[in-house]
Amino acid sequence: MTVNPVAFEATAPPSPLRRAREVWRYRELLANLVRKELKVKYKNSALGFVWSLLNPALYLVVFYVVFQLVLKAGIPNFAIFLLAGLLPWNLFSTSLGSACQSIVGNASLVGKVWFPREILPLAAVGAALVHFFLQASVLLAALVVFRYAPDPAYIPVALLALVVLVVLAAALGIGLSALNVPMRDTSHLLELALLAWFWVTPIVYQYQALGDRLGEWALLNPLTPIVLSFQRAIYGEHVMEAGGSSRLGTTTTAILPDESVLWYLRNVAVLGVVSVLLLLAALWLFGKLEGDFAEEL
Amino acid sequence: MGAAVEVEEVSKRFRLHKESTSSLKERVLRIGRNPAVDFWALKDVSFDVAVGETVGLLGHNGSGKSTLLKCIAGILRPTNGRLRTVGRMAALLELGAGFHPELTGRENVYLNGSILGLSRVEVAKRFDDIVAFAELEEFIDEQVKHYSSGMYARLGFAVAVNVEPDILLVDEVLSVGDESFQRKCIDKVKSFQREGRTILVVTHAADLVRQVCDRAVVLDHGEVVTVGPPGESVRAFRETLVRKGIDPGQDRPDLRRDRGLHITDVEIVYPEEGRTVLLPGEALTVALDIAAAAPVDDVVAALEVYDQKGNRLLGTNTDLIGVDLGTVAGARRVAFRFGAVPLLDGTYDLALGLHTHDGGLEYDHREGVDSFSVMNPGRTQGTVHFPVEVEISEG
Repeated sequence: MTVNPVAFEATAPPSPLRRAREVWRYRELLANLVRKELKVKYKNSALGFVWSLLNPALYLVVFYVVFQLVLKAGIPNFAIFLLAGLLPWNLFSTSLGSACQSIVGNASLVGKVWFPREILPLAAVGAALVHFFLQASVLLAALVVFRYAPDPAYIPVALLALVVLVVLAAALGIGLSALNVPMRDTSHLLELALLAWFWVTPIVYQYQALGDRLGEWALLNPLTPIVLSFQRAIYGEHVMEAGGSSRLGTTTTAILPDESVLWYLRNVAVLGVVSVLLLLAALWLFGKLEGDFAEEL
Repeated sequence: MGAAVEVEEVSKRFRLHKESTSSLKERVLRIGRNPAVDFWALKDVSFDVAVGETVGLLGHNGSGKSTLLKCIAGILRPTNGRLRTVGRMAALLELGAGFHPELTGRENVYLNGSILGLSRVEVAKRFDDIVAFAELEEFIDEQVKHYSSGMYARLGFAVAVNVEPDILLVDEVLSVGDESFQRKCIDKVKSFQREGRTILVVTHAADLVRQVCDRAVVLDHGEVVTVGPPGESVRAFRETLVRKGIDPGQDRPDLRRDRGLHITDVEIVYPEEGRTVLLPGEALTVALDIAAAAPVDDVVAALEVYDQKGNRLLGTNTDLIGVDLGTVAGARRVAFRFGAVPLLDGTYDLALGLHTHDGGLEYDHREGVDSFSVMNPGRTQGTVHFPVEVEISEG
């Protein structure tokens, strides 16, 4: 439905900015679709949203056993460290996974009704964001249980990182959802990519373990500055004692970069600019491919 | 009046691949070679629809009419050309598209409303009307997956029409639900017309075009054959069918058939018993005996009269006459009584049919079996009997 006089120029899809405006006009639909996604997901399930809390809880147990007990990584307060990085990662990977399927999965809707289609991948990101906040309650509980205080100086950076993460997930989600229509392999490829991506991001191991050269490369991974900001704000510690009972006395190993707020902020801000540009590019790509969605589905 | 919809030289190309190749591997392997075949579903289609007008898009399956509607609705983007629509538009391409089976009727109304561009407040304001129109008061808090297909369609239609669009796009969706609901849909379409809204309806049912349209666009192979008044367009449409070697009355490939109801006998009743011919201007009754295997509630009986050259002299049906057959169970007799048959000498063939209100489903068809004859005792020549007197006066 179109409320104002609208001219479709057949050969030219609307500009990314106009697309963004259309999406804004349909924000209520976005909210409804997010609500629908959550409702449908937990309808007829006895535990409901508890399921989405069990995911980080299980990860916590598994990684604790493997890294702390078996491999003896020796990161103090490992639960807090892991959750601080795992939560933003989960937000990112669930967003991309479900956004990628969002157009193909709503084929009947896309082929029959007009509305800004970007809403579908965005709703997937929105639902993932709701899960993120639910899972954050697990983290909150862990903080209370371990009487652990986050570092307030870095909280604003983490909040900015969350915003940037959402923009980045939206950009990639929109692009992937469109690509997945003509090329259904996109979603399989994404699954593999996410698996690799998880391990190149310092989530279960500490960033400083990468060393200087690898560490610099790792900063090119857009998820690294985001995960680091979360870890710095919530986990906070940047050194740990290695080989605590060594006869040579206590040596310390760094966990997080010992840098100022500004350093973290700069990394996140650069990524923010890149993400906005990516979003515009994704909207443009989406516009190119959208015209044929109805026939490809 | 300005134009509500402007279609200017719109073309739409589809790329057809020999096999469905929607995977990356095949795409990579295919680079360089291009086995895609272009298919133009629409070729330079141009027409305007004025504000308040009801226009039919008429064509057989594959003529491009649905593609055109999807382009106008913004679902497909044309390859070339320009499209402009002015005003709030709602497309009824499929009733209840976007309903989620796990959600209740109430939740789906809100969701569907927002898909059509309504805010929560706007939906809340219309909610009671929507439920009342769909006649689903008792079931609105049930999950939609427990609905019958009729209930599903009713709710979908109710939401869409309560959006109060300036432009309504309809794609043969009026053929759903039971008869009383179909009547309600047609009534709603007519009230939309009275309110000055613009309607574009895609169909292959000539009856519907005559019933509701001001003009019709006939499409064939993606090209406009005619844009004109309903009668002219329907004729052009039939010609496109004939050119294809399809009998317009019969064997429409797009026609679904159901033999649950059939014509058992046809009786031609002349004014006096024992007569086998009619005199010009006399009364005649054509009675159809029909029988239903199981009760059928969506029935229209149609009758056509042809002369020996195949010109259709009359085509009507019970719906156009305004008679409702109700539910047909067992045997039933439908009698068409002509007060006067104004024909001269000749034998006239009858074509009789039973179909649904939208013409989408044909139960039975009988042609080339029944006929009646008229014998003209006078010497007037021609086909039609115009009663005429001669008066001579001083000039």
